Amino acid sequence: MDEEHIPAPARRTLGGWLLIGVPYLWLLIFFLAPFLIVFKISLSQVAIAIPPYTPTFDLGEGWQAIWDGVTEFSVENYLWLTEDALYWKSYLSSVIIAGISTLLTLLIGYPIAYGMARSPQSLRPTLLMLVILPFWTSFLIRVYAWIGILKNEGLLNQLLLSLGLISEPLTILNTNIAVYIGIVYSYLPFLVLPLYASLERLDGSLLEAAEDLGCPPWKAFWKITVPLSLPGVIAGCFLVFIPAVGEFVIPDLLGGSDTLMIGKTLWSEFFNNRDWPVSSAVAVILLLILVIPIVLFQNQQQKMSENN
Amino acid sequence: MTRGPTWFNITSLVAGFAFLYLPIVLLVIYSFNESRLVTVWGGFSTKWYASLLQNDQLVDAAWVTLRVAFTSATLATVIGTMAALVLVRSGRFAGRSLFSGMIFAPLVMPEVILGLSLLLLFVAMDTARGFWTVMLAHTTFASCYVAVVVQSRLVGFDKSIEEAAEDLGCPPARTFFLITLPIILPGVIAGWMLAFTLSLDDLVIASFTTGPGATTLPMKIYSQVRLGVTPEINAVCTILVAFVTVGVIAASIVTKRQQAQRERDERAAFGAEG
Repeated sequence: MDEEHIPAPARRTLGGWLLIGVPYLWLLIFFLAPFLIVFKISLSQVAIAIPPYTPTFDLGEGWQAIWDGVTEFSVENYLWLTEDALYWKSYLSSVIIAGISTLLTLLIGYPIAYGMARSPQSLRPTLLMLVILPFWTSFLIRVYAWIGILKNEGLLNQLLLSLGLISEPLTILNTNIAVYIGIVYSYLPFLVLPLYASLERLDGSLLEAAEDLGCPPWKAFWKITVPLSLPGVIAGCFLVFIPAVGEFVIPDLLGGSDTLMIGKTLWSEFFNNRDWPVSSAVAVILLLILVIPIVLFQNQQQKMSENN
Repeated sequence: MTRGPTWFNITSLVAGFAFLYLPIVLLVIYSFNESRLVTVWGGFSTKWYASLLQNDQLVDAAWVTLRVAFTSATLATVIGTMAALVLVRSGRFAGRSLFSGMIFAPLVMPEVILGLSLLLLFVAMDTARGFWTVMLAHTTFASCYVAVVVQSRLVGFDKSIEEAAEDLGCPPARTFFLITLPIILPGVIAGWMLAFTLSLDDLVIASFTTGPGATTLPMKIYSQVRLGVTPEINAVCTILVAFVTVGVIAASIVTKRQQAQRERDERAAFGAEG
């Protein structure tokens, strides 16, 4: 929606203001204020206390106290993040793992979305339902299901051994490969849905015209289908990539001890080391990294809705 | 696209759906396994389901989870529907961009950040953590999902019926309950269900914002999963999967029926006019 061109109503009743006020206030208190607190605490110092940090300022003590607090802000936590290799390695490896997983999801998701768009009209609602249904079942359960399949004495190894394809069990669980499988599996519906939406709208007569003019099918696919489905590809990839970067459950349950992902680092910094200021700083930097893809994604969505 | 599917299309669909469903099907099958070893089939048995009922901790956790999910979904539906009305109907007002930003951001925000920030808020407010804090946290992120679902329903809405009611002197609140709500009801119900399952599933945000005495089922499952795969956990998961699947399928059938009924009514009304 283009915010500039929405007219304001001639007069707004008390009810109209209330309608805006309630959700607005709720989000300000429970969404925006918490971020400001995270930012504030990321600038404070760790302390052995409950809660385990030294407050930088207290709003109740007046402006002088706030000003004193501001002068005591320290960027020590952020410097710490640059000094300890663990953090930048975690950020980097999160982005790489999320990137590889997004690509794999696209490779697997594209044929599925394409097959759905080519299937008979009467079958499509059912297929759509089948793609959406796993999304409703618990994320944790879907990740857990893979442990029994991937572990050394798991079902996949049993199958491969009994078929004689391998002589020794493969180690998949607790490696990055298991993390890729987990992310692809969990986020596949997010990619298939927008991709299917753009493939379904594709005008079949374009492909027929290409064929009539002697264009081989693979070339027609490459020159017509792929470019026209690009908005769906981009939307789907963002929907996989952005949440995958901050993923915690998948690397924790399927990954190994050497699988570095920032969501896991933040969790252990908070729950195991009880270092609230550093985990706040980790969260602030993660947010800054994600702001770029989130803004790109929203711009793209805006363009898409303008085109329709 | 209108052309028929090729063998390649059919194969990729079959393989794709096998990939999506096989892990869950295997999990369900192995919940009926007699043997404690999860990967060795020892015959059919329902003993793990029986032992679940004796596990007080799990039953307690399930009860907490259902209460949190029900309360937060209901509250989130009210707030989310209001937010959707604001996005579609309220026109321009100061801070509108910030408002829509706050609706869409939680949808892509990593859960660890949402959980951490809400916990720090509750600590700053000096609130005792437990049922209420988890409920408020779930309400917040679920209301954004509700807003998006209801908004998509509101966009394709014929505004003239509402305007007609208001021109005839119907006050706005009454117009909403008599006209707007019945039409967007499928969206509102879908929003409630989405909020309910999101709350039912959530591990990360609940882990950050909970306190003593309010362990949710996902937290319980998570702590046991870390110790290894057990048939008992398979049984809990199977019950959850069955619960959600039945709910979603039932809801989609009801919505479809209502839609068909509405279309029949409309046809009948126009037929009577002519």
